[in-house]
Amino acid sequence: MSAGLSNAGQVAGLHVLGPLDQVPVGEGRAFGVAGEQIAVFRLRDGSLRAVSAVCPHKGGPIADGTIDQSVVMCPLHQHAFELDTGCSTTGAGPLRSYPVFADGNRNIVLRLP
Amino acid sequence: MTALASRSARTKTVDSRRRLVVIGNGMAGARAVEEILARGGAVQYRITMFGDEPYGNYNRIMLSHVLAGEEDTGNIFLNSLAWYRENNITLHAGVRVDKIDRFAKLVFSDDARATPYDVLVIATGSRSHLPPMDGMYTPGGRLLPGIFAFRTIDDTTGMVSYAQQDNHHRAVVIGGGLLGLEAARGLQSHGIDVEVVHSGGHLMNAQMGPDGGAVLRRSVEALGITVHTGSRTTAILGADKVRGIRLRDKPDIDCDMVVVAAGIRPNVDVAVTSGLPVERAIVVDDQMRVPDEDEIYAVGECVQHRGEVYGLVAPLWEQAAVLADHVTGANPKAAYLGSRTATKLKVAGVDVASMGLQAPERDTDEHVVFSEPSRGIFKSIVIRDSKIVGATLLGDSRKVAYLTQAFDRGLPLPDERVSLLFDIGGPGEEAGVAELDGDAQVCNCNGVSKQALVDTVAGGCTTLAGVMDATRAGKGCGSCKLLVRQVVEWAADGAVEEDPAAAYYVPGVPLEKAALMTAIREQGLRSVSAVFAALAPGGAEDAKSKMGLASLLKMMWAGEYIDERDARFVNDRVHANIQRDGTFSVVPQMKGGVTSPEQLRRIADVADKYKIPMVKLTGGQRIDLLGVPKEDLPKVWADLDMPSGYAYGKSFRTVKTCVGQEFCRFGTGDSTKLGIEIESRFQGIESPAKLKLAVSGCPRNCAESLVKDVGVVAVEGGRWEIYVGGAAGAHIRKGDLLATVDSPQTVTLLAGRFMQYYRERANWLERTYAFVPRVGIEHLRAVIVDDAEGLGAQLDAAMQESVDAYVDPWTERDDPFTPGQFRTSLPLEVLPQVPVR
Repeated sequence: MSAGLSNAGQVAGLHVLGPLDQVPVGEGRAFGVAGEQIAVFRLRDGSLRAVSAVCPHKGGPIADGTIDQSVVMCPLHQHAFELDTGCSTTGAGPLRSYPVFADGNRNIVLRLP
Repeated sequence: MTALASRSARTKTVDSRRRLVVIGNGMAGARAVEEILARGGAVQYRITMFGDEPYGNYNRIMLSHVLAGEEDTGNIFLNSLAWYRENNITLHAGVRVDKIDRFAKLVFSDDARATPYDVLVIATGSRSHLPPMDGMYTPGGRLLPGIFAFRTIDDTTGMVSYAQQDNHHRAVVIGGGLLGLEAARGLQSHGIDVEVVHSGGHLMNAQMGPDGGAVLRRSVEALGITVHTGSRTTAILGADKVRGIRLRDKPDIDCDMVVVAAGIRPNVDVAVTSGLPVERAIVVDDQMRVPDEDEIYAVGECVQHRGEVYGLVAPLWEQAAVLADHVTGANPKAAYLGSRTATKLKVAGVDVASMGLQAPERDTDEHVVFSEPSRGIFKSIVIRDSKIVGATLLGDSRKVAYLTQAFDRGLPLPDERVSLLFDIGGPGEEAGVAELDGDAQVCNCNGVSKQALVDTVAGGCTTLAGVMDATRAGKGCGSCKLLVRQVVEWAADGAVEEDPAAAYYVPGVPLEKAALMTAIREQGLRSVSAVFAALAPGGAEDAKSKMGLASLLKMMWAGEYIDERDARFVNDRVHANIQRDGTFSVVPQMKGGVTSPEQLRRIADVADKYKIPMVKLTGGQRIDLLGVPKEDLPKVWADLDMPSGYAYGKSFRTVKTCVGQEFCRFGTGDSTKLGIEIESRFQGIESPAKLKLAVSGCPRNCAESLVKDVGVVAVEGGRWEIYVGGAAGAHIRKGDLLATVDSPQTVTLLAGRFMQYYRERANWLERTYAFVPRVGIEHLRAVIVDDAEGLGAQLDAAMQESVDAYVDPWTERDDPFTPGQFRTSLPLEVLPQVPVR
């Protein structure tokens, strides 16, 4: 992990996070990817979204949040963030958003910049 | 210079418009440009603006909201960078103007640029005044770390990040004026202990007299802010960063940060070095022009007009309009004759209005005063020749609109002076609004007139929220919201649409509770996703609505409810209460607050085994294990081998009891036994908001039954009193007596019937202390005790169904409901790490 953190070139690109079934429909789960904490959500339409896992407001666990098709609400103080962009709709700082999808083997694949 | 001259010569051939240069991109400079553009100024002028802050123009008044964490810096911009582009304004942001050459008509800036002008507007505003104190600067000449002014976005964000550092707990605000009190309140919201040190004899001495100041001090101290008046700060202590302050004649105060809010000073440097007339500020005439300079204007806090220097936003609006009339030639007769300053603000949550004189000055002046310090209310009006010449109002802003207008326009006053302070059969609120002139300013922060609100309503916007969004009225300090509402209601003439969303059970489904329940029942909607699909606009899910719908559906369908876990709040997914650090608290059931050595031993063993950081007794007579990581929850429950106490849900929580007749020599009924029976019956029942109960064995009320959602008291003669709608948390209310009954069985029956009626009728998150007064205790007695509407059997049956559907949620420990139900979401170390290839 320390090697990964020290060399961004080595960690950029695609990461397979394992089976899609780890994330129940409508909920999120947190993953550590190359030293970053990332919350992956599985929307009710089946699509995936990924944002940074720590709320910029007071450090709340974003993966424990409540979602709909467009936003996630942090469980601590109900700040909301767009799942597509990470931008807050309630005046908090932004989360980072990451491209994520399920591959042909129903594995979650995340792309780090 | 040659390059510049040739470039300007070239542009001149393609653009014959005159060059308008504005020094200052704050509220005054930008407002002046807006007014100029509104008068067709873009046809006459090419506009260039200089601002020494690297941003567009923002609403400085909103910085206190940013400090308090209620607004994001992104939301306070009045003119975004796009606005400058759209209006073809050249903005030099982050560039300071050093000097003006009045003869060559050039402006020199610190990026080594010389910009020619035909007309110049100076709007350099003010800066914070930092009174000299020992130890303010490091040997290198920089401010000691931990000292902040409170004037700009950068000041504010700097303060927020400093306040949020873990080792910073205490702050001193120097200055007990408006800004200082706002800073104090804002810092408090970051968990900082704040003391205000004010050199004046009372708070806000620029706006009010000593009596009002004393009432305000009481209100401010009630917020937990310590106030020192008549105290001068002589030194800042600390070598590397702020460690404290030294006061003259008083002990030192330890602190981690100091905010200096000791007034503002006009920025006049560029005017002085350029040879313009400056006294206390840049001198201007009634046309907002600098004397003897035909092409130089000044506006805002940096000007002195007829001897007055204003530090408020309202005069600035008037000045900008007059300036624009002259710059564009729209009205060569326009004249600014000074402003009668009336302030209306919310300071640290307290409504404050002040205008004109603070106290009578002549023997013949009348003085009408009302003071009620315990409620934080103070009203003082000074009358001369039957006209208002001064007023101060604290804690009650209802008469402010009328008084401001009477003060501004010298209106005749009612003979009965007391009606100036209160509505006593006089014109009510609505008449007051009707009497306001169209150009009367309703929102002082954002400069919105009554007419602007009326026009917006006439344009088809008929909800309060819609009008506020469209005009930004009420979006500054918020003190004018009531008046904005009144104007909107008056303008819509009864056609005001009550914000329909306010009546919805949840925001994402446009139905009130009763209609929503009917639709759910008729269409057989048994899951949250089915409700969205059938009843939400466009079938769209709404995160804010999920928890309320899940609760409602569980109540309606009991065992037939289709439990979609994503509709639950995290607490209800993992059956524990999330804490600020993302860990959880575990409260096992302990019916009636009765436990045993065996249970206590098990709890102690669990606390040892899982290194529980805090074991705490709760207010509901239970034991709370705090700081349990999510992944440990199933193991903790297994080792406890006790059912959930439901200390996390919007649900039936606990029944507090006293010792009761078994042991207490005063006890008249077996309160402990009844408490345990009630808790056994209603455990885990979900409801619109939490339900806390109590049973006391005698009227001494040791279980505090009078302040519970449902409270029971045993009285002499084997009878029991049932109280409902009590509270003793954020809200204090003594419960209303629902009934006095003869048997514990009837207590259980009526308590259940009341709770079911509440579950079916109360709004989401409406506690019984709001529900009971809303529907009325007489109505509740009729429905629940007398069964006047014949609902009794139905309510009892519905409650029985919910009771039968009870399952201890902690049994999910052996068989998680969803994959990864108890997988950690924080912190990184224990997350499953994905190998990097």
